[in-house]
Amino acid sequence: MPLRSKPKARDLARALAATAALAGLVATTACGSRAGEETAATESCVDTSGDTVKVGSLNSLSGTMAISETTVRDAIALAVAEVNAAGGVQGKQIEIVAEDGASEPTVFAEKAEKLIREDCVAAVFGGWTSASRKAMLPVFEDNDSLLYYPVQYEGLEASENIFYTGATTNQQIIPALDYLVETGVESLYLVGSDYVFPRTANAIINAYAEAHGIEVLGEDYVTLGSTEFSTIVNQVKAADADAVFNTLNGDSNVAFFREYANVGLTAEDMPVMSVSIAEEEVGGIGVENIEGQLAAWNYYQTVDSPANTAFVEAFKAEYGADRVTSDPMEAAYNSVHLWAATVEKAGSFAVEDVQAAADGVSFDSPEGTVVIDGDNHHVTKTARIGRIDADGLLYTVWESDGPIEPDPFLEGYDWAADLSVTE
Amino acid sequence: MSPAPAARLPGQERPPMPRTFFSTRAGTWTGFAAAAVVLFGLAPLLLTGFRLGLLAQFLCYAIVAVGIGLAWGRGGMLTLGQGVFFGMGAYLMAMHLKMADAEFRNGPGAVPDFMELAGIRELPAYWAPFASPAFTIAMILVLPTAFAILLGLAVFKRRVKGAYFAILSQALAGAFAILLIGQQSLGGFNGLSRFRYFFGFTLADPVNQQMLYFIAAGVLLAVVAIALQLRRSRYGELLVAVRDAEERVRFLGYDAANVKVVAYAVAALFASVAGAVFVPIVGIISPASIGIVPSIMFILGVAIGGRASLVGPVVGALAVAWAQTALSEQFPSAWTYAQGLLFIAVIALLPGGIASVAGVAKRFQTKRTTVEAAA
Repeated sequence: MPLRSKPKARDLARALAATAALAGLVATTACGSRAGEETAATESCVDTSGDTVKVGSLNSLSGTMAISETTVRDAIALAVAEVNAAGGVQGKQIEIVAEDGASEPTVFAEKAEKLIREDCVAAVFGGWTSASRKAMLPVFEDNDSLLYYPVQYEGLEASENIFYTGATTNQQIIPALDYLVETGVESLYLVGSDYVFPRTANAIINAYAEAHGIEVLGEDYVTLGSTEFSTIVNQVKAADADAVFNTLNGDSNVAFFREYANVGLTAEDMPVMSVSIAEEEVGGIGVENIEGQLAAWNYYQTVDSPANTAFVEAFKAEYGADRVTSDPMEAAYNSVHLWAATVEKAGSFAVEDVQAAADGVSFDSPEGTVVIDGDNHHVTKTARIGRIDADGLLYTVWESDGPIEPDPFLEGYDWAADLSVTE
Repeated sequence: MSPAPAARLPGQERPPMPRTFFSTRAGTWTGFAAAAVVLFGLAPLLLTGFRLGLLAQFLCYAIVAVGIGLAWGRGGMLTLGQGVFFGMGAYLMAMHLKMADAEFRNGPGAVPDFMELAGIRELPAYWAPFASPAFTIAMILVLPTAFAILLGLAVFKRRVKGAYFAILSQALAGAFAILLIGQQSLGGFNGLSRFRYFFGFTLADPVNQQMLYFIAAGVLLAVVAIALQLRRSRYGELLVAVRDAEERVRFLGYDAANVKVVAYAVAALFASVAGAVFVPIVGIISPASIGIVPSIMFILGVAIGGRASLVGPVVGALAVAWAQTALSEQFPSAWTYAQGLLFIAVIALLPGGIASVAGVAKRFQTKRTTVEAAA
């Protein structure tokens, strides 16, 4: 290779040396606290002197998650409108600053920081995937602000700066397993998307199965968004388990249930228990492919309570009669009301006051009364198993005796001792 | 080989570089000084801590863009998979940060927090060396470069080029992201996040966040200086010659594959360093930041800015990232349409990118004077 060094190499050396010197000089004069030292606390810039107070609504309005997360945005807006109509919080009207998380964890982190530091919001509502929550968590901790996260998730987390208003595993997955055992299921086949929620859920299911004498006949993962299911569905059919536990997310469900119906499997021979299929998703999958199958949630549009009737009516009046309400929407709706109630109780918007006042704050929500647990920042929730009917809605076939206390680290379950890791 | 100017091939339509102030030696130094004043002086003065952090993140994209400008703009290799190298640098740095974090909280050899969540009780053997900062930095520099050299040799020696190379590099980015999603010991789909310390400094401290910005700015200036040197060297001429007429360069006795491998490896190194700086600034790295879509976004910035010029890729990367943030803040529900329109406008009106604005304006002026003279 006739590549010889050229005379201008000296210039490069000079340029690099100058850059290094400049960067070095600035960097050394600008060194902050080191590990172990007390960090200068970031001052909160929340302005509560006026007639309004700002909150953030951070959901994916573009990208693959937009179809799900825009419904949460609508539910947040509805709850804010209700609080405002009732006189606001501490006499102040709530103003929403909306941002798009764009289905990307880094964008969620960026927008969360923008909401806290530039818009000075008192709290942020939103997030859906665990990846987005994990990306936002350090932002809320470092800036000492509050996130209300409205989606059921894999548990094993309890941040001071997050309120988890969706179900943790002992309020969704364990009741679903209890129900299956009650109906005589002795063997299971596990199908899930390849990310943290299905993997953690299946770890819990395996531990549960071992303790309860259930046989797990297979455990398969597909890449998120995958639509190729012929192999897996044939394996499921061959395994002939009593039931399938489905932790697939998003589009994969459409392909899975079509293939499932295609090979002649029905809800009668081998029911599928799903934890990520709500009212919104049933339409996309096609009711004919999924009728009679089971789902585990805390809320369905069909829940019979005065609070839910009011919620569904208000939502349809605002967004159209063809819209449906689902579990994450209800949890998001609850979180705004819970935040408002906590602020009223604390008499302050300051983060430490809200944290201190949170324990025991309750809201008569569409799913029933929910109460905040001040220790782990989760809420009590009623577990419900639903069956998908021909009209595309889910109807409760079983529900827990009242709200279940949140136990994100599964400390109350002996068989889960190997799973739980306390922070 | 005689030192004949290999790039000046007869019949090759390449307009000579316009001799402007900035292509002189004094001009180059002035340009660097101006950039240094803006990056190290004005930006920290004028921007809030949050905006400065965003700029630091965008500077990382610009560092990747400089490498792409070299490989694609000068070398004609449409590298649609720079996310692979960006991801390597980022994950290597993230592994060190997680190790340091675990060590600080639970003593040497502790298991990082996310592994406990995934049920991994023993530290995987390949993680252990990343407790050392020196080893981590060495790996960030060596591993992606070595991988690019091996891959480049395998591809370019077989004379794979054009669309085939582009498809191959893009497939690589997709495969790499899928591979990472399956690795629970690398955080899987969630990736690695929640870093608290950067080589002993607390990341939550705003002063240290500013320090990270300065590091990103310094790296960008250094990378531009290296790219400038490569462009002006005889190697740079050779690279352009390979881009424009690979066969002829080969007939002159050069090994075109080797010429390409060097540019490809340098671009990989830049991307890796950018990834390593990106991680402490943004605080998370996941497969979503390194797959096909982010790789295309890298290319998009370069195309918008002007791939063949030196500062074009930098300007383009910064402009695309800034536009994305600004538009999405302004129109959270409809910004993707605005962004699409912007891309169409630039590509339709300025095919040479933002860097060609001056040229287009000049041509327009000349045309008008000609028309006026004729009238």
